[in-house]
Formats: sequence, structure tokens, C-alpha cells
Amino acid sequence: MDLFAKLINDISRLWANYKLAYLGGMWSTLKLAVIATVIGVVIGLACGIVNTIPCGKNDPMPKRILLGVVRFLVRAYVEIFRGTPMVLQAVFIYYGLPYFSNNTMRFDNIWTAAILIVSINTGAYMAESVRGGIISVDPGQTEGAKAIGMTHFQTMIHVILPQAFRNIIPQIGNNFIINIKDTSVMFIIGFTEFFAFHRYITGVNNMYFPSAAIEMVGYLTMTVIASMLLRLLEKILDGSDNYELVNEDQLVMAAGTYTHPDRGTPFDEHHKPSRDEVIQDVKLRKQQREARWARARNESTRGDR
Amino acid sequence: MADTILEIRHLSKSFGSHEVLRDIDFTVSKGDVTAIIGASGSGKSTLLRCVNLLETPTSGEILFHGKDVTGRGVNAPEYRSHVGMVFQSFNLFNNMSVLKNCMVGQMKVLKKSKAEARETALRYLQQVGMAPYINAKPRQLSGGQKQRVAIARALAMGPEVLLFDEPTSALDPEMVGEVLAVMQDLASQGMTMLVVTHEMAFARDVSTQVVYMNQGVICEQGPPTEVLGNPQKQETRDFLARFRKN
Repeated sequence: MDLFAKLINDISRLWANYKLAYLGGMWSTLKLAVIATVIGVVIGLACGIVNTIPCGKNDPMPKRILLGVVRFLVRAYVEIFRGTPMVLQAVFIYYGLPYFSNNTMRFDNIWTAAILIVSINTGAYMAESVRGGIISVDPGQTEGAKAIGMTHFQTMIHVILPQAFRNIIPQIGNNFIINIKDTSVMFIIGFTEFFAFHRYITGVNNMYFPSAAIEMVGYLTMTVIASMLLRLLEKILDGSDNYELVNEDQLVMAAGTYTHPDRGTPFDEHHKPSRDEVIQDVKLRKQQREARWARARNESTRGDR
Repeated sequence: MADTILEIRHLSKSFGSHEVLRDIDFTVSKGDVTAIIGASGSGKSTLLRCVNLLETPTSGEILFHGKDVTGRGVNAPEYRSHVGMVFQSFNLFNNMSVLKNCMVGQMKVLKKSKAEARETALRYLQQVGMAPYINAKPRQLSGGQKQRVAIARALAMGPEVLLFDEPTSALDPEMVGEVLAVMQDLASQGMTMLVVTHEMAFARDVSTQVVYMNQGVICEQGPPTEVLGNPQKQETRDFLARFRKN
């Protein structure tokens, strides 16, 4: 028990002294992870579209060559950035750019470098996830869209990607959480995020374990909140399980012309009610609706008391 | 003829070495209801998919108002927007409500305004009896309801021809009637239709032209009274006899 008391004492001392540093670090980590994940997903979606452009024998030669080159580049990008450690990519790009341009080009802002590296890394992983997401969408959806004359791009934007996106949200969540944690390797180019402050603080006072405990709790808090938010997003995208039947005639308002409210289907056409009956019916429905509203209002005011 | 919409000439389609369609020839004029019948695997669906360019024909021509649409440099999406298609498996967009399903093509392909698209969509949804369900998602509907929405979606594009690929084959028996009623209603309004079907009663009572396919070729074609009532070929007779038994 003594040890726990000591730990709690140490943690509270660290927290009191370096609260702002820890919180600032968390903020940087979150900002970098969110921005890089969003950009990464966009890169992934773009690669997904390119990878699934249909290309047959009937297409002109230049289009086929161009598409082949672009696909090769996408493929190379995915393999390179998925197949090397991010910490190494950071060093490679951050120091490589000034090296090759004789110092004329360099990253003036550490944020730019960090976002670039984490985004292209996420993009490489997402490209494959998106491809999987697109494949998982029923091919009938593509045919349905083509059959009403949509181009490949329109089909992708309006029909396939929204569904693929829904299917890959768990993957996006994975990547987001990995990014929250793995941005810690950005200390190698001097980016000060959450973990970097652990290094600075422990460098001053050698309280490795208490500081690590704070970091553990901090990272866990961020990732748990992130996965909760992503679950919520899934729920929102799935929409309601219920739907409202619309029995009023929508065309009356849309077209400004009167159509019979009961003339719904070709099946009940043969017993078209007379005009008077229809008008009566509409009035009755209106009364019923108003009565229903009045009742609902009464109930809600009663509830307030 | 001036009112010829589709003319299919010497159409063939192979998947690898497997020849699915051989030298198909027939014409669809305005107002025709063509029923394509035949056993499973006889190439009926492939033929329909070729007509809509969902499959690329291996050889032959498809003339739409006299212009070949199979060659290079043809704007396939543009052509498809004039030729509606209703699928066996409905293929409604799962990410959209019923109303959006019927609006998206009009807005994105035909570039209509939202209000205009909505009005057209509602009109056709009303015609197929699905107007109360505009807020529902496809997954919340029954098969027959989905198929009626799919028909409204195709109609909303204002097609000149409507292709039906076994529209009732995936439906429970009690739902077949509601879809056939809608199709019959369309036929009576003069819609040009090309229907692949196993519903012999529909072929007999509604169509103006019956095409019987057997093993990738057109075995017999003509008015329903001829092909169904007085078949000339032995294959046709055998096929129809099998249906009478069931």
C-alpha cells in the first residue's frame, strides 16, 4: 500500500508541475492524428477510385496506357509506405528533402512534415482498406447505377463510396487509434507530442514510472474516446431503423396541382371515390391530425408540470 | 421504319470459348412489349445485358435509332440513360431512401433541379403504389416493394425502352402479382418494354412479340398467339409442355 501511496503522491506532484506540458502534448497528438487520418482517408479513397476504374479492350490506347502508369504508381506508393517503418520514413523525408535540394528546400514547419509523413502512411494503409471496402459492395449496386446512365465517377461518389465508407469505418477507427499511438515516433524529427513531453520531463527529474503511468492513462483516454466517437458515427450513418409512412399526397405541394389522395396505386383505380368523398376524407383526416396534435401538446405540457 | 427503336443484328457473345449468344437478330419498335422466354442458361439475361451494354458483345451490332452503340467512342452512360433496366435482384441503392433512389439519376445524369426530380420521382412512385414509402430504406422493404421502386427509378429517367431482367424471379409468389400489375399498367400506357420472364401468362396476355431462345440462338419469334399458341418447332413445344405440367 505504501508503494501505491508513493505512486499517487509522485503522479500528483508531476501533474501539478507539468500539467500544461502533458495536456499540450495530448492536444498536439490528437490534432496530428485527426488531421493525418482525415487526409490519409482522402488519399485512400482517391487510390480506391483509381484502382477500380474499369478498362476494357474498347477503350482508346492512351487511356489504357495512362491508367496503367497511374495504377503502377499507386501500387508502388502503397508497397513502399506500407513496407517501411514510419520512424524511418520520417527521417528519410525530413532530412532527405534538404539533402537533395542542397538546403534550398526544407520543412520550415515541423507540423507540415509530421502531417505529411503520417498522412501518406495512413493513405497507404487506407488504399488497401478502401479497395476491400469497394469490393465488398454488391456488384449489383454498380450495375444499378450504370443502368441509369451514371459514369464511373458518379457511381463511385454517389453509390459505391458511401457504402464502402460505411464498411471501412472500423478500419478507419483502427488507423486513427494507431495514429494516436504511433505519432509518438515523430519525436525523431523533433515533433513535440504527448510522448515527447514524457522524455523531456523524465530527463529533468528521473520519475520514469509515475510519468509513464500518466502517459498510459492519457493515451488510453484518447483512444477510448476515439473509438466511442467512431461507434457513434457508425450509428449515425446507419440511420434510423424505423421510417415514417407518408400518407399525405406529396405532389399537391410539389406540383401545385390537385391529385386524388387515394389514387395511390393502379390497383385501386377502379374504385375511384367521387370528388365529394375525397374532399370529405381530406377534411376528416385534417381534423384527426389536428386532434392528434392537440392531444400531443396537452400531454407534453402535462409532462412539464 | 421510323418508329424502330432498337435493332439487334447478328449479335454474338462469348465468355472465353463458351459461346452464350449466337447470331441474334430482332427488332423492337415503339410500343412493343417483347417477352423473351427460354430455359435457364439459354442466354436470355446475357442478351438483355448486352442490349444495355452491361456486357460487351463479342460481335454484331445494336442499333439504337439507327446508330450503332457497340463501337468505340460511344458514350455508354448517355445511351444507358435512354434505356432503363430493372434487375432480378432490384439493385436499389442501399445508402439512399426510396425517394433519393428515384431522384439521384435525374439530378446527376439528366441534371434536373431538385424540385423537378422530386416531382417526377413522386409521380412515378405514386404510379407504382410506393408513394407512402418515400422515407424508407431499401432494406426495410419487401421484395415486391423493392421491385416496384426499381421500376419507378427506371421510369423517372424517362427511358424510351425499359428492359426487365426476370423482374419477378426473386419474389415470393404472392408478390409476383403486384409487380406484374405494374408492368401490365405500363404496357397499357404504351411503354416499350423488353422483358425476360418465366411468367408465361404475362407473355401470353401482355406481350406483342415473343422471342423463344434455346442454347444461345433465337429458336422462334413472333406474336404470342403464334409462338405460344401454335409453336412450329419441336424445342418450343417441349419447353412449353414443361411449363404446362408445372
